[in-house]
Amino acid sequence: MTYIPISPNEREAMLKTIGVQTLDDLFQDVPEKYRFPKLDLPPALTEMEAAQYLQELASLNETVHGDLISFLGAGMYNHYIPAVVDHILRRGEFYTAYTPYQPEISQGTLQAIFEYQSLMCALTGMEVSNASHYDGATAAAEAINMAYAVFRGKRKKVVISPTVHPQYRAVIRTYTQGMELELAGDDARADLEAAPEFLTNHIDANTLLAIVQYPDFFGRIYDYTKLIEEAHGKGALVCVVANPIALAILKTPGEMGADIVVGEGQPLGIPMWFGGPSLGFFTTRKTYVHKMAGRLVGETVDNRGQRAYVLTLTAREQHIKRERATSNICTNQGLMALASAVYLSVMGRAGLRQVAELCYHKAHYAAEILSQIPGYGLCFSDPFFHEFSLCCPKPVAEINAHLLEHGILGGYDLSQDYPSLPNHMLIAVTEMNTKEEIDLLAEILAEVNHD
Amino acid sequence: MNAPSRLKYTKTDEWYDPATGKVGLTDYAQSHLSDIVFVEILVEAGETVEVGKAIASVESVKASAEVYAPAAGVVAEVNKAIAEKPETLNQDPYGQGWLIRIENSLPGDLMDADAYIRYCEERD
Repeated sequence: MTYIPISPNEREAMLKTIGVQTLDDLFQDVPEKYRFPKLDLPPALTEMEAAQYLQELASLNETVHGDLISFLGAGMYNHYIPAVVDHILRRGEFYTAYTPYQPEISQGTLQAIFEYQSLMCALTGMEVSNASHYDGATAAAEAINMAYAVFRGKRKKVVISPTVHPQYRAVIRTYTQGMELELAGDDARADLEAAPEFLTNHIDANTLLAIVQYPDFFGRIYDYTKLIEEAHGKGALVCVVANPIALAILKTPGEMGADIVVGEGQPLGIPMWFGGPSLGFFTTRKTYVHKMAGRLVGETVDNRGQRAYVLTLTAREQHIKRERATSNICTNQGLMALASAVYLSVMGRAGLRQVAELCYHKAHYAAEILSQIPGYGLCFSDPFFHEFSLCCPKPVAEINAHLLEHGILGGYDLSQDYPSLPNHMLIAVTEMNTKEEIDLLAEILAEVNHD
Repeated sequence: MNAPSRLKYTKTDEWYDPATGKVGLTDYAQSHLSDIVFVEILVEAGETVEVGKAIASVESVKASAEVYAPAAGVVAEVNKAIAEKPETLNQDPYGQGWLIRIENSLPGDLMDADAYIRYCEERD
C-alpha cells in the first residue's frame, strides 16, 4: 500500500468501479455556485510565522498560572498537579484515550484503569467503579439510567436536591428527555436552607433515584445517612455526587449507605484548561454491576498463572446488548482517568488528606475575614468544605469586574442559577491560594463597598 | 446436543415442559452462548405473560440474549436461585437451570424434540 492512497491512478480506478466519469459527477446534486465558494483568506504564512502568530494569540489568554489569582470554583478547582502526572500521561505507551480491547498488547493501560477503579472505590467507599465517563454531569445522568434499568423502567420519578450543581441538573434534564420521567425536588422556589431530609417528602414508591451533592453546590457538608435510610424505606436508590478531594477527610458516601457515587474527577490531577476535558467517576454496589454503564477492567490470571487484566462483563454493554443495554455510552476518559490514578498514587492517603485539610483551613480563614468586612456576610451557617456563599453589598457581576482589574478572578455569581440569591458569591479556596491572596481579596472587597 | 423428548421447543431456543409448565433455555442455546455469567428474570410470580414476551435476560462472556415465553399464562414461580448461580444454565439446562414456571398455560407454536434437533442441525 502506498502512503498516499489517492494517486490519480487510484482515483481513476475508483471512479471506474462505481461507474462515474469524473469526480465532478459525484457532486452534481450540489448547485454549482456552492461547490467551491471563494475563501477570503490572508496570504499563507511560513511555519515560523504561523508559530509566532499563534504564540501571540496564546499570550492574550490569562491563566491561573501567574496571571490571575482565582477564587472561582463551582465544579472546577485549581489544585496543584505534581509534575510526574504530566510526565506519565505523555508517555507514548499511554498517550491515547482509546480503551484497549486486546489484553495481549495492552496490559499496562488495563492495569492503570484497574488501579484507577480501585482508587475510586477506596475514595468513595463503594464496591465497584467503571473506567470513567466524560464528566461529573454526565456521570450523574448515567446514575439515572442505571437506576431506571435496575427497576426495569417500572419506576418513573427522580428526586433531585436543589443544591446539586445547576449545570448537572441541566444535563440531567437533557439526558432524560424522552424517558418520560418525572423530575422533582429542585424547583426554583425550593428552600435552600432546609435539611437534606426535606427531600424525603418527594420520595415515593414510584421514585427510582434521589440525587444529592456532597459537599453540596454551596460547599456545605451534610450527613446523608438518614435521608438514604428513608429513601431505601421507599425502595428508591440514592446517588451522591461527591467532590473527590473532600472525601479524603469526610465520611464516605459508601459509609452513609449510598447506592451510587459519582462526581467530577478534575480536582484529581487534571488542569482546569478551558472547562475540559475532564473526568466523570462512577462507583456503585456490586449488586448493580450488571446494570452499570461504561467499561470495566477486571483482574485475572493468564494461562501461565500470571496476574493479568482484561475488560470484563462486556456483554452488558451496548455494542453487544444493543438497545437493551443501560446506556448507549461506553466511551470513557481513559487518559484523564490515568491522570487521576497517577495523581492519587503520588499523593497517597496522607498527601491527599493534607490537600483537603489545606483547602478546608484556608477556606475557613477566608470565610472568617471576608464575613467581617462591613456589608458582607456568610449566607449559610452549616459546616462547609472549601467553598462558601458570601452575601455581598452589590451585584456579583459588578464586584467581579472590579476584582478582575486587580488580577483577581472572583467567585461564582449565584444569582445566575438561584433568583433567591441575588448579590451572592460562591467563593472557592484551595491549597493554591496563599494567605496574602486571601488578604488581598478582603482588601479589594472592602474597597468595593466604599466605592 | 441434548433435547429430551418429554419437552417442547421454540425456534428461539427455549424449552417448555407441558407436564410442569417449567420454561428454560435449551442445551443448544447454552452451548452457543458459552459461559453464562448473569441471568436476570424479568417477570414476577403472579404476572401474566403472552407468548413471545421477554421473561429473562442472559449474559455470557461473549453474548447477551433474551429468553421469550414459549407459552401464555400466569407466572406461578420464578427460579430465584439462578441469579446467584448463573452457571447452572450451562451445567443443567433442563433441570436446575429452569427459569420460570407458568400455570394455566397455553403453549405457542412449539416443536417436538425430533423437529428441534433437525432445526438445530440445519443452523450449525
